[in-house]
Amino acid sequence: MTEYLYYPGCSVKGAGQPYERSLLAVFRALGQGLTEIDDWNCCGATAYLSVDQDMALLLASRNLALAERAAGKDVVAPCSGCFLALTKAQETLKEYPEHRARVVEALGRAQLAYRGTARVRHPLEVLLRDVGAEEIQRRVKRPLKHLRVAPYYGCAILRPYQSVDDAHTPHVLEDLIRLTGATAVDFAHKSRCCGGMLTTGVQTVGLRLVEILLDAAKQVEADVIVTTCPLCQYNLEVYQDRLRKVTGNRYDIPILYFTQLLGLALGLSDAELGMDMLLRVPVLAAVKA
Amino acid sequence: MSPDERPRIGVYVCDCGFNILGTVDVPAVVEYSKTLEGVAVAREYRYMCSDPGQDLIKKDVKEMGLNRLVVAACSPWLHERTFRKTAADAGLNPFLFHMVNIREGVSWVTADKAAATEKAKVLVRAGVRRVALQEPLEPRREPVNPDVLVLGGGIAGIHAALTLANAGKRVTLVEREPSIGGNMARFDKTFPTLDCASCILTPKMTAVKDHPNITLYTYSEVVQVDGFVGNFEVTIERKPRYVREDLCIGCLKCIDECVYRDLRFPNAFDLGLGKRKPIYVPFPQAVPLKPVIDPHDCLYLKLGKCKLTCVEACEVDAIDFAMKPERVTVQVGAIIVATGFQPFDARRKPQYGYGVLPNVVTALEAERLLSPTGPTEGVPKLKDGTLPKTVGIIHCVGSRDENTNAYCSKVCCMYSLKLAHLVKERTGAEVYNFYIDMRTPGKGYEEFYKKLLEEGAKLVRGRVAEVTNAALSKGETGKLIIRVEDTLAGQVRRIPVDMVVLSVGMEPQADAREVRRRLNLSCGSEGFFTELHPKLAPVSTATDGVFIAGACQGPKDIPESVAQAGAAAAEALALVDRGTVEVQPYVAVVDEDLCSGCRICLGLCPYDAIEFEAEKKVARITEVKCKGCGVCVVGCPSTAIDQRHFRTSYLLEEVAGVLA
Repeated sequence: MTEYLYYPGCSVKGAGQPYERSLLAVFRALGQGLTEIDDWNCCGATAYLSVDQDMALLLASRNLALAERAAGKDVVAPCSGCFLALTKAQETLKEYPEHRARVVEALGRAQLAYRGTARVRHPLEVLLRDVGAEEIQRRVKRPLKHLRVAPYYGCAILRPYQSVDDAHTPHVLEDLIRLTGATAVDFAHKSRCCGGMLTTGVQTVGLRLVEILLDAAKQVEADVIVTTCPLCQYNLEVYQDRLRKVTGNRYDIPILYFTQLLGLALGLSDAELGMDMLLRVPVLAAVKA
Repeated sequence: MSPDERPRIGVYVCDCGFNILGTVDVPAVVEYSKTLEGVAVAREYRYMCSDPGQDLIKKDVKEMGLNRLVVAACSPWLHERTFRKTAADAGLNPFLFHMVNIREGVSWVTADKAAATEKAKVLVRAGVRRVALQEPLEPRREPVNPDVLVLGGGIAGIHAALTLANAGKRVTLVEREPSIGGNMARFDKTFPTLDCASCILTPKMTAVKDHPNITLYTYSEVVQVDGFVGNFEVTIERKPRYVREDLCIGCLKCIDECVYRDLRFPNAFDLGLGKRKPIYVPFPQAVPLKPVIDPHDCLYLKLGKCKLTCVEACEVDAIDFAMKPERVTVQVGAIIVATGFQPFDARRKPQYGYGVLPNVVTALEAERLLSPTGPTEGVPKLKDGTLPKTVGIIHCVGSRDENTNAYCSKVCCMYSLKLAHLVKERTGAEVYNFYIDMRTPGKGYEEFYKKLLEEGAKLVRGRVAEVTNAALSKGETGKLIIRVEDTLAGQVRRIPVDMVVLSVGMEPQADAREVRRRLNLSCGSEGFFTELHPKLAPVSTATDGVFIAGACQGPKDIPESVAQAGAAAAEALALVDRGTVEVQPYVAVVDEDLCSGCRICLGLCPYDAIEFEAEKKVARITEVKCKGCGVCVVGCPSTAIDQRHFRTSYLLEEVAGVLA
């Protein structure tokens, strides 16, 4: 059993709860330890960095310093926004000594040390690289045959840092889908924008981006879309009804976290995986049967 | 001059226009020089290398009885020869002159005038102390082998070989592929005249084959080069064809009768688009027209089991599975390197989908698709066998790009326009060109561009962001969508096409580094071989007797490659026709009184130039073989070896002069 530190971030404690629930359940089922970092704070997300770079780096790296204090090496960050913010802090402090000096000094005043030994990891990559395809395959109890899954990566886990997979031709999500026994459909839009915050800020643009993805999934006859990010999941799921009102087209496609899909294949219960918290579970239940 | 005559040294400090004068206080250096021991005269002049400058020196030698000279100017690379000749013209031994570099070594590398002036003084002081010790020497002359080796059988190599052979020189032409012809043999038409590439190339290829003065080694590589200008020894390794070239008559029955009835192995000449059998000729006009057997594909060579129908079919018993790599050694006086380029690997721009999305091809692949002897017999087709209705040609793939190659590959604008014309002519497709800047300098090139515009080629100015199959509408579904910022229209466009051609740039060959090491060539940051001077010695290299031509020196098109090949041939001719070559007398000499006969130097000498004289029990250096590398001088534990013109005493005196 490998021990990982867990940085949840705010999303998976709120609207992204099914992600957290299924992540913890899947790690438990695969015998992997996941311990939440004590006293973690906001990652700064995408916004802070453009306001105050040093403060944003400090905010993110405090979490890494806490991880190092807990003698942890691998920090699993499931939310794409957190994953990117923490990776950016890790890489910036590695490359730019002047930023590192300022951050180390500030953390020192709070009796924290940053040595750069912690490593930010994405659970998708942990599952495939550390746990391994063979082990996952062995644990699959309920192969999801006949399920056509559209793999959807979103942006942040692929760009600009490519620690999870190649940005132009990613395949880890497809690899995982195949392990569950499902079919990974060829989804050309797999790393296009989900609309991000535009669904609330500039809704005509945001909704159009959601529409593109849902139409593309329909086109390739996907039963579900699997995502890696709470914001992607939210946008794709919540705006289906709104889109129907705007465009007249009917959308009814479940949006799952990859951890939920894997959990189903591992034979975990709907409750353990937070399936009841999704808006479009009934359709999925029909597919599963 | 007798050895004990006191030195009377003339010091000449050059302004080199503002090149030196702009940073070094030349009058101060001159005044300082006058104070140095042995200096009889010191002068400043604007351009020392000019005729009046040299006359100044000659006049002083005669009128003031100077017996040694120091010129403080540019690098000895440029003008050491000039001033040695000046010394000789004035009646001095040319080796009683020393050149001090205060331009490349001083004025060009600092902006600090005080520091530059101080350094110039120090270097002149060191030079004056060194020259006082120098002894007269006589340069050696060595005979020059009149034969020439040409490395690479593309259009440049072919042209150079033919030019020399027509001048009566014996030429060895070495090509690594099974046929000569290079990349030009892959093209259908050439810009801007649209004349048929093979119609103008194949006569030259045949001429090479038939020329009594040319020895052609295809499927061969140069593995070693020894010797020096005028006297190179080149080792060539011939890969086994498994078909004896001396016996084969080129009837090609063996190919017809191969147990493989269908073509199933990718043909490298067609960049893998076309297929061949294990026994094949790369293309119908190959020279020599003798088949090759690929040992990775041939059943017999792979498994030892086959019906050997090819052997049966051959009436002259030319098929020989026992062939092994063979080495041939040739002696030549000059070498022309024409090893060409490799196309940029389009996978390095993953946003264009090469190797991932179907119907995205490189320009060289498009050339094959357009060739009547290519896999689609000259009519480009999509993977499903249908004709493309729209085609997008993307310029500058891997060129003018900080992430890959920063330089312009020069030929791509023109060949892209040519491809646009041919694709439209053959398929009727609507063709888009996506360019950053249209670069068409060259005779008839701009006119060709204009012709394309009149033909209705669609040109979009802007660097393409990506090629994707992520469709946004019914019209885009199943198409390749080119996303680009049209910088003339000021908007982002999505243009759906059926086929994408990537106009890849030119890069140095993958093994250019090994060729460089073998021939002691240098290269620029991008890896192309460097000429001796970018303007005035464009085909010479820093290695005497080695010349470069064609795209191994930098991106260039056919006319330019041919022009350069002709120039290289002329330079080589000028060398080998001279009959002899002057070799610097910088050889090592053994002081027999000091030599202990330990023989350490024998093992150290890279040129096998030292022998052991058993009777006297001392080492003896064969002057003809010695290159003056100095290894034995440093290696000798008894300090019994010294090198002429670089004697230890000179160097110590020079260092003492710097430190004084």
